[in-house]
Amino acid sequence: MKKELIKFIDISKSYGNHLVLDEFNLSVKENEFVTLLGPSGCGKTTTLRLLGGFETPDSGKILFDGKDITNLPANQRKLNTVFQKYSLFPHMTIEENIAFGLKISKKSTQYINDKIKYALKLVNLDGYENRSVDSLSGGQQQRIAIARAIVNEPKILLLDEPLGALDLKLRQSMQYELIRLKNELGITFIYVTHDQEEALTMSDQIVVMNQGYIQQIGTPEDIYNEPENAFVADFIGSSNIMDGIMIKDKLVSIFGIEIPCVDEGFGTNTPVDVVIRPEDLVITSPEHGFITGKIISTIFKGVHYEIEVLAKDYKWLIHTTKFANVGDIVGLSIDPFDIQIMKKAEYSDEKAVEIDEEL
Amino acid sequence: MIKKTLSNIYLVLIFLFLYLPLFVLMTLSFNDSKSKVIWGGFTLKWYSRCFKSETIMNAFFTTIQITLLAALLSTILGTLAAIGISSMKKKSKTIYLGATNIPLLNADIVTGISMMLLFVKFTNLSFVTVLIAHITFNIPYVILNVLPKIQQANKYTYEAALDLGASPIYAFYKVTWPEIRAGVFSGFLMAVTMSLDDFSITYFTKGPGINTLSTMLYTELRKGIKPELYALSTILFFTVFILLLAINIKNNQKQHRR
Repeated sequence: MKKELIKFIDISKSYGNHLVLDEFNLSVKENEFVTLLGPSGCGKTTTLRLLGGFETPDSGKILFDGKDITNLPANQRKLNTVFQKYSLFPHMTIEENIAFGLKISKKSTQYINDKIKYALKLVNLDGYENRSVDSLSGGQQQRIAIARAIVNEPKILLLDEPLGALDLKLRQSMQYELIRLKNELGITFIYVTHDQEEALTMSDQIVVMNQGYIQQIGTPEDIYNEPENAFVADFIGSSNIMDGIMIKDKLVSIFGIEIPCVDEGFGTNTPVDVVIRPEDLVITSPEHGFITGKIISTIFKGVHYEIEVLAKDYKWLIHTTKFANVGDIVGLSIDPFDIQIMKKAEYSDEKAVEIDEEL
Repeated sequence: MIKKTLSNIYLVLIFLFLYLPLFVLMTLSFNDSKSKVIWGGFTLKWYSRCFKSETIMNAFFTTIQITLLAALLSTILGTLAAIGISSMKKKSKTIYLGATNIPLLNADIVTGISMMLLFVKFTNLSFVTVLIAHITFNIPYVILNVLPKIQQANKYTYEAALDLGASPIYAFYKVTWPEIRAGVFSGFLMAVTMSLDDFSITYFTKGPGINTLSTMLYTELRKGIKPELYALSTILFFTVFILLLAINIKNNQKQHRR
């Protein structure tokens, strides 16, 4: 059992009239890679800034290793942050940047030099000691920012969309580097992003947030395969989300068509949200599908084709490797296991209550 | 071709109008004759007399004291104000910035008279009242020079310094200060320039016996024109000219480095 390192208790924070976090509760365990994922304005960056000590909550407490740090100034917290971009000190060399925190904690010169060497090796930038910040690319700058943070041996590293300003290729290679770093250092990473792919690739745990509320906490597989509500399903990957009625256990009705599924425990004749991932739908001949429709568009996406089928006035999104002609009448079929049933969430308050119960 | 010639002539005319009066003054300061129209040969005697004149030297030292003190204090106050304004919300920022800019646009004579009226209500006019007046009208210039630098300076670096364990003062000194230093320095030079050549405000707020170079010049000129004053004016002109040149070169260098 891993130790609980961070605990947010009933944190609320608002800017003016805008409520950013409402009775927010979250705990983070030691040595985990936790990602706060959500659209902009969902409160993820505020959560990180509260933890870093750059904001104070209106109410609630933050515990670090059991101690209350809610009002502790940023410079006395045993954690370090990697900011979005351009956070290196431009008038100092790379070496001076990395040594900044160590000099404040009055480490010996020998120790500082060793640490700089070690950190530069860790981020694959050996020999960059005397370079200027301007001479580094965006990706290199972010790696130095990580090096500058980790030499202080924080228990937690906070990362605020550190790859946001980088191009796709660089972002992908940096994702692998971050996973490697986390494994080598054995410290907790709390990562903030709006990029769901990034979250799925790197995280042990993903916290999906929207409008100041936690929508779902789980492993990447859980979040992707078993989204708890329509928001999560919609935000993580593309999905077909439609209204349905749970007739009874293992039988759901969408657009008046009854389809077998594997979900139970929703009662009888309950309105639900039904999620079907585009890669789970199979195009077959009209007589083999549970529904028939007309192909209205086919787009080549590299790995797969993205096909839209109009059936029962709903545009079904399908990802398949097989080409299909626009205008064809086809049937759609699906494995009962691939249908995801979710309880309808009418109000965001209701969602919050559910979360409180879980914790 | 004609267009080019015309535009050159135009340029020459402009500079002639701008600098001819100054050139006449400078020439007369080297003229070995009391006449304003006859050239009596080259001399430096007006300069040496200028430095021997007690009135002029008194005014000179008063000016130096007021200029440097006012520039220094207004730089400190203005920089602090700029830091404060930069972290305000947009609405209050606009209001406060507008409030600090009004003295810039206000006619000096109005500022001078209103300050005098205020000062005589509470105290006697003296060296201190001139100093306060100078600090007051210098502050907006400092803010104007420092504020853009603070806004250019990236807010993440200050937070990053705090995050790495620096105290707010250490973080400011190590991280924010190097980024705004150039702005603070040019704000200081600007304040020096403004103080040095101010006449109206000084004239209304100075106490008896206190004279800066500009007010002294005015009083002396009313008594009759002495060539020493040409020499003094020439020196004043070059001091301000060199200061402005320094500010511009400094700003250019900064831009080139970016």
